[in-house]
Amino acid sequence: MPVDTPQNMTIRVGEDQPIRLDSGLELGPVTVAYQTMGRLNADRSNVIVICHALTGDQFVAGIHPVTGKPGWWDRLVGPGKVIDTNRFFVLCANVLGGCMGTTGPRDINPATGRPWGLGFPVITIGDMVTVQARLLDALGIDQVFCVIGGSMGGMQVLEWATAYPERVFAAVPIAASYRHSAQNIAFHEVGRQAIMADPNWHGGAYHEHGVTPHSGLAVARMTAHITYLSETALHRKFGRRLQNREAITYGFDADFQVESYLRHQGSTFVDRFDANAYLYITRAMDYFDLATEHGGKLANAFRHTPARFCVISFSSDWLFPTVESRAIVHALNSVAANVSFVEVESDKGHDAFLLEEPEFHETLRGFLDGAARHRGLPALAPEAV
Amino acid sequence: MHAPVVGPGTGWENNLGGGPEGGPGVSPAGGNGDLRFDLRLIADMVTPGARVLDVGCGDGALLQYLAVTKGVDGRGIELSMAGVRAAVRRGVSVIQGNADTDLADYPGGAFDYAILSQTLQATQRPREVLDHLLRVAAHAIVSFPNFGFWKARWHLVSKGRMPVTPGLPEEWWETPNIHFCTIKDFVALARRMDLVIEKGVALNENGTVNRLSATGPWANLLSAQAVFLLRRRDPKGGPVPNGGPNGGSNDGRRP
Repeated sequence: MPVDTPQNMTIRVGEDQPIRLDSGLELGPVTVAYQTMGRLNADRSNVIVICHALTGDQFVAGIHPVTGKPGWWDRLVGPGKVIDTNRFFVLCANVLGGCMGTTGPRDINPATGRPWGLGFPVITIGDMVTVQARLLDALGIDQVFCVIGGSMGGMQVLEWATAYPERVFAAVPIAASYRHSAQNIAFHEVGRQAIMADPNWHGGAYHEHGVTPHSGLAVARMTAHITYLSETALHRKFGRRLQNREAITYGFDADFQVESYLRHQGSTFVDRFDANAYLYITRAMDYFDLATEHGGKLANAFRHTPARFCVISFSSDWLFPTVESRAIVHALNSVAANVSFVEVESDKGHDAFLLEEPEFHETLRGFLDGAARHRGLPALAPEAV
Repeated sequence: MHAPVVGPGTGWENNLGGGPEGGPGVSPAGGNGDLRFDLRLIADMVTPGARVLDVGCGDGALLQYLAVTKGVDGRGIELSMAGVRAAVRRGVSVIQGNADTDLADYPGGAFDYAILSQTLQATQRPREVLDHLLRVAAHAIVSFPNFGFWKARWHLVSKGRMPVTPGLPEEWWETPNIHFCTIKDFVALARRMDLVIEKGVALNENGTVNRLSATGPWANLLSAQAVFLLRRRDPKGGPVPNGGPNGGSNDGRRP
């Protein structure tokens, strides 16, 4: 099997034993769509699990089969790159509730023979990680060398390290938080209300009506997209420049480039994302609160974790600001856990973790190198030496 | 903050710490072999396999050296982001933080050694920092520039002004080094805190060890810097009477 080409696969988990969800409901079997890159070594110790963000998917590297564009972390993942697939076996799974192949609200409910829609159980970050753990069970991988993820992916990283401390050697939560803030929940609620206000949403049963709530989902995406950028980045990119015109039109066309940009973001998003999946996944993020899950004290969550952490934040990220990462670091320090923490100077806002940020990349590379030495992983995969 | 430049052949002025904003990137300690002399001295005081917290760890050179040569499980705190990034790139576990505020996070007795190298003079509350060092660790290793050194005295006597030199370029009103002391001052504080000086080493201007007793009067006059290994008098008795990671100390520190 070529190691340089991403492999896209699906697997079914929970066939014998359904997944017990945090809500108390059971779900199973669950289809998991995932991508792998690189080669699993003999003792299965070189696995890096990448957790994707809200609107991300398993197509980390290579060409995305739906959009035809490079995967969302193609700049970081690949042979010789920061997450070096000559050395590591990289795996990323579409989250539970998603719409890129893993079971979600768009799929058929076996009990009714119709799409789940809002009949799909409400899922949590913990449920997403449970499904990933089942996937690793099925692949015979006991311990992960490193779990890495940004934003909602970072939430999953924290969940991994606290729910399965013995299975995680190193953990890198990036631009993330241990809980969704009131402001974050508020923005998500705006997005959900936009979807639900779209007459094509049909109470979530739009598939059965042969329509999709495009405009609602697009507005949700436009709102969210603003939160991913910084004011500086928006201004640098667009300023008050006009879109293909010499003067304002005294109307409601997209006079400004920034309007045109947001409309484009909205309209391309609806081609690849399912509105109900957006509802479910944003809800999962809203419900995430590691402190509350551990008796109100975040440090309790990390009390027994042997993992090496590298917490990374970006200075201009106002969606998951540095202070949230620092709270994670304080909690880890208070139990004398092994933690590194870097705030990367960037004016690109929350999205910086997806963009060209050399300091971030060098930090991650250094951390992975150091952790690999501690794990006893050779500098290159045995086959490549 | 490890002093930017310390080593054989450098003058007293250059031996002094650059303060929290100083660039750890300019540390000459590159690989493990050429560790700065004062850091090597500190490393020699650490027992193999120990748990070490290096407060003001710069680019992590000392922690990396300790990990490689002594199998030490090390953590660092560093104020400058450049230092933190350099340390993480070395594979050392370092957080961006500050000795005055972030030491309080660590639980009591989490480490065997807490190192404060060329950083004491840049802290807001040196005594509380020392107190925390010996709360989180059984031993503290503290190095600092000696303002009792005759050249410092001469500078004040002859010019009547605070020294401004290549190694200490800031004027008094802008320097991050806000709590300079002499060796004698430091020893007096250690006595006041009822700490045991397990070892004291005085260093010459060129970074070499001199044979003077570090706690004696001649070292205070003739040494450019000093390194002390300290512990509490009764390790079992005292560090955390209030309990908990944020608990106070037993030496009369006001809340």
